[in-house]
Amino acid sequence: MDTFFLVIAFILCLALLIPFYRVYKGPTVFDRLLGAAAVGTKTITLILLFGIMYEYLDMFIDISLGYAILNFIGVIAMAKYFRSKERASK
Amino acid sequence: MSMLQNIVTIVLVIGGTFFMLVGSIGINRLPDFYTRTHASGKVDTLGIIMFLSGLAVHQGFSLNAAKLLLIIAFMAFTSPVASHALSRRALLFGMKPWYGHGKDKS
Repeated sequence: MDTFFLVIAFILCLALLIPFYRVYKGPTVFDRLLGAAAVGTKTITLILLFGIMYEYLDMFIDISLGYAILNFIGVIAMAKYFRSKERASK
Repeated sequence: MSMLQNIVTIVLVIGGTFFMLVGSIGINRLPDFYTRTHASGKVDTLGIIMFLSGLAVHQGFSLNAAKLLLIIAFMAFTSPVASHALSRRALLFGMKPWYGHGKDKS
């Protein structure tokens, strides 16, 4: 079971690296924000996998819950921030 | 840990990883911002819900499983809301949707 979670962690690292291309290349700022939100979603699952592999899941669950809340607040705050056109077109 | 618990965990975790990988590829391959929002808002949400359900089954009947269910409920609410806020902001910004490669422009 431990080997299975290790293989899943490798695949998730691959799935985490793919949206970085969109963050780097995105034509508009919204594409970059979407890629960043996708990276945050995968990071939550990676933190939980590390918690299972170290057999100390009690602490890592709280960390991932805080990370989920921060990801959501960040995206909402950025969507509020790019309200004006001159900010978003830079 | 029983055999059935292992099987359900492996099926749910592999399904969640598959959907998250598909969502990552979709964010790169789709042609427009509004179509990329589908990959981020629907496929990724399904993937993380399946993955966390698998981990909750792996933990058994404990406090950790309850906390994982709390994260599942939170992600099921907030991930589509974040995608919708971004796409609404892009629409108010004036971004035009993608109408295909010029064949059926209506």
